[in-house]
Amino acid sequence: MAGLATSFGSGAMTNSISEIGQAELLLLVGTNTTEAHPVIGYKMRQAARRGAKLIVVDPRRIELAEEADYWLRIQPGTDIPFLNGLMHIIISEGLYNKTFVEERTENFEALKETVEKYTPGYVSELTGISTPELYAVAHLYASTDKAMTFYTLGITEHVCGTNNVMSIANLAMLTGHLGRPGTGVNPIRGQNNVQGACDMGALPNVFTGYQKVIEPAAREKFEQAWGVSLSGDVGLMIPDMFERANSGEVKAMYILGENPVLTDPNSNHIRSGLDRLEFLVVQELFLTETAAYADVILPAASFAETNGTFTSTERRVQRVRKAIEPLAGKSNWQVIAELCTKMGLVVNYGSAEEIFTEMSALTPSYGGISYARINKQGIQWPCPTAEHPGTPYLHASSFTRGKGLFQAVEHIPPAELPDQEYPFLLSTGRILYHYNVTTPYSTAINSMWSEENAEISPEDATRLGLYNGETVKVTSRRGEVTTKVKVTDRVFPGMIWMSFHYEDTPTNALTSAALDPVTKTGEYKVCAVKIEKIQ
Amino acid sequence: MELVKLKINGKDIEAPAGSTILQAAENSGISVPRLCYYPDLSPMGQCRLCVVEVEGNALLPASCVTPISAGMVVHTESPAVIEARRIILELLLADHPQDCMTCDKMGDCRLAEYAYQYGVRDSRFVGERHNYAVDESNPFIIRDLNKCIQCGACVRACEEITGRDNLSYMYRGYNRKVTTADDVSFVNSDCVFCGQCVAVCPTGALTEKQIHGKARTWELKKVRTTCPFCGTGCNFDLCVYEGQVVGVKSSSDSVVNGRALCVKGRFGWDFINNDQRLTTPLIKRDGNFVPASWDEAINLIAERLSEIKNKYGSDSFAALSSARCTNEENYLMQKFTRGVMGTNNVDHCART
Repeated sequence: MAGLATSFGSGAMTNSISEIGQAELLLLVGTNTTEAHPVIGYKMRQAARRGAKLIVVDPRRIELAEEADYWLRIQPGTDIPFLNGLMHIIISEGLYNKTFVEERTENFEALKETVEKYTPGYVSELTGISTPELYAVAHLYASTDKAMTFYTLGITEHVCGTNNVMSIANLAMLTGHLGRPGTGVNPIRGQNNVQGACDMGALPNVFTGYQKVIEPAAREKFEQAWGVSLSGDVGLMIPDMFERANSGEVKAMYILGENPVLTDPNSNHIRSGLDRLEFLVVQELFLTETAAYADVILPAASFAETNGTFTSTERRVQRVRKAIEPLAGKSNWQVIAELCTKMGLVVNYGSAEEIFTEMSALTPSYGGISYARINKQGIQWPCPTAEHPGTPYLHASSFTRGKGLFQAVEHIPPAELPDQEYPFLLSTGRILYHYNVTTPYSTAINSMWSEENAEISPEDATRLGLYNGETVKVTSRRGEVTTKVKVTDRVFPGMIWMSFHYEDTPTNALTSAALDPVTKTGEYKVCAVKIEKIQ
Repeated sequence: MELVKLKINGKDIEAPAGSTILQAAENSGISVPRLCYYPDLSPMGQCRLCVVEVEGNALLPASCVTPISAGMVVHTESPAVIEARRIILELLLADHPQDCMTCDKMGDCRLAEYAYQYGVRDSRFVGERHNYAVDESNPFIIRDLNKCIQCGACVRACEEITGRDNLSYMYRGYNRKVTTADDVSFVNSDCVFCGQCVAVCPTGALTEKQIHGKARTWELKKVRTTCPFCGTGCNFDLCVYEGQVVGVKSSSDSVVNGRALCVKGRFGWDFINNDQRLTTPLIKRDGNFVPASWDEAINLIAERLSEIKNKYGSDSFAALSSARCTNEENYLMQKFTRGVMGTNNVDHCART
């Protein structure tokens, strides 16, 4: 989000899912769409079979690699050299969109200077992608009129995640693949309401709609609306919260529907932080690993017991409707509202709709959205007025920030790479059958997929004497877990891939503590481990 | 767009060139019975139930695959058409189990609906019947090929929506069946359990296992909502019976996903019924969680958070909101953190 906010002024998917049907080329970088976002994956596969060109850039032989015109097996953590390499070819051969660059962007010279040294030879060495493929993909992407780029956490979960995103933005701006249907830079949001949680200001630096807490005018607006005085100091991001919990500066936490012990990198650090808190409230569906540390657990209502809205990856605000009564008798919003009132900020919401109405009045991009308008079909923000139809694609005639900003970015290697002691590269992600937290509690799903199957290459399996279904111990500098293995050429020799879904194999005990300096996102995609067979 | 003039059931209509007779009829409000045709799948002309009479044509063409032409005169319910449909239905019923009273598709079965509409009580065709073993190899889909009418909708849904290509026809003649490669059970096939095949099946051949025996289709209350399993924003209906969610049904009028869902959205919702769900507030006393009332829990939180805020300052508090919760919940969480606790220490795990 920070990357696109810098380049374009707005940190969201620029275009819409349905435009996949119009695109002539799909460039997928670090997104295993058929597993993590299956319905979008179906549309990509349909597009490829209809004749759209498909370029898949992924270290793993993911399903869509089988459908692709080009599958580039990139070395993990070398996305910037790859993208800079494409731009090097596009600029040196004069294939870039000169009108777009001139009229719609700034800082082109800096980009040009930076990518100059990313020659195809140099890039091929770093990325493992052959030079003919680099040329072919550069030519194809630059010469196609409607090209959509998609990425997910394969781009952002790196120490250079923000730079990776800006590099993708650079490539799209350079070729003018923005501001029209069937183009754009499209991060697909992993969780159902990532976009909404960001839009709602569940972030330490902004109120709703990205209104900055450091801006006095924004503070004043919310102070007036809420009848309180507000802090202008930017708050802590999650890793800093746990840093300060460990150091004793953060004393109390309220955790709503998150299980950082299982899902955050370097989980031992999270556990010790939670342990040191004087008071912890967890509002959850289940007694999770995190809830076990709580002083008070509040039973949460599931989506089926909740009225409200989610905002999807394409900025579409859609209704969530209560089908059954909350098991524990209260909606989540009722509980937080009661706590507000009990502690002196009196709120009297009679329904979720009243909360939405208050929020949309304070949030320009949601200003024209109401429950009545989205009863049948969601609306894509920005939607500033009650007459506005919503916005399927952004940056049509100008970027949110005015001109698109090229950011000259250099290669930053992963913080931890394999060495003699920890010779394997571990990368992590999601599998089709599970979601981050709730699916292990689905009886149906869990009866089929209840344990980790780490992917290991046939070459390594042979060397280590491993067969499908055998158990190994995987150890990193931070922790160890045991897991079964699945021998497959989806991964390359020297690489092991694991999901993070299972309590019995808590993969994030292994993952790196390294963070992107801007977003403080963990480098889940690369760390070094060793593997030992358990007899 | 070029428009073509034709006459259907005596009514003059215009339809875009290239339309099929079925599309032209439906656009002007004339419904045509069909078992294998779906607007979101390629037309196949398999079930023949949509046959119509076209003047000057000795055969009864299938309207779902026959393009219109200028001056065409079509009858969708002429005596010849009705007789043909009855025979088609009788042929289908000749090898179809008559256990409708216990079939989970009852109330939503298009074969039953048309048999009723055309007054087909039983079949004059008597012969051998299939006796396939029912595939219950997995927790999601029950496959009873005895009820399959070979309309091919599942084959097309698997190929054209999901792109998994897991289903196809096998064998010939009477032995022809729709099945997986090598005719193995779903669990041993390449199936990813997206359930698109179930969503399009017009009979009880493919049904949702989770809903079996729980409720009749007409007893279900359907509540349209948004899937909680990723950022795509698929819509579906939660099916509720006696205060419990018993299933999920997708619908072609969902703007983002149409009929398509994945295994999580269609079948993973049952976490909400898991008996490990927390149903009462819990307060930790001497290291153990003890059930408490809402008032006790909220009072304790208010008291302790006030103490900590007064003693250590606002910034000693931090809140984790959730990318899985609603906008309204996230809005309130940041309002509570900022407005009550006086700090901007609020974040959620998916900031990138």
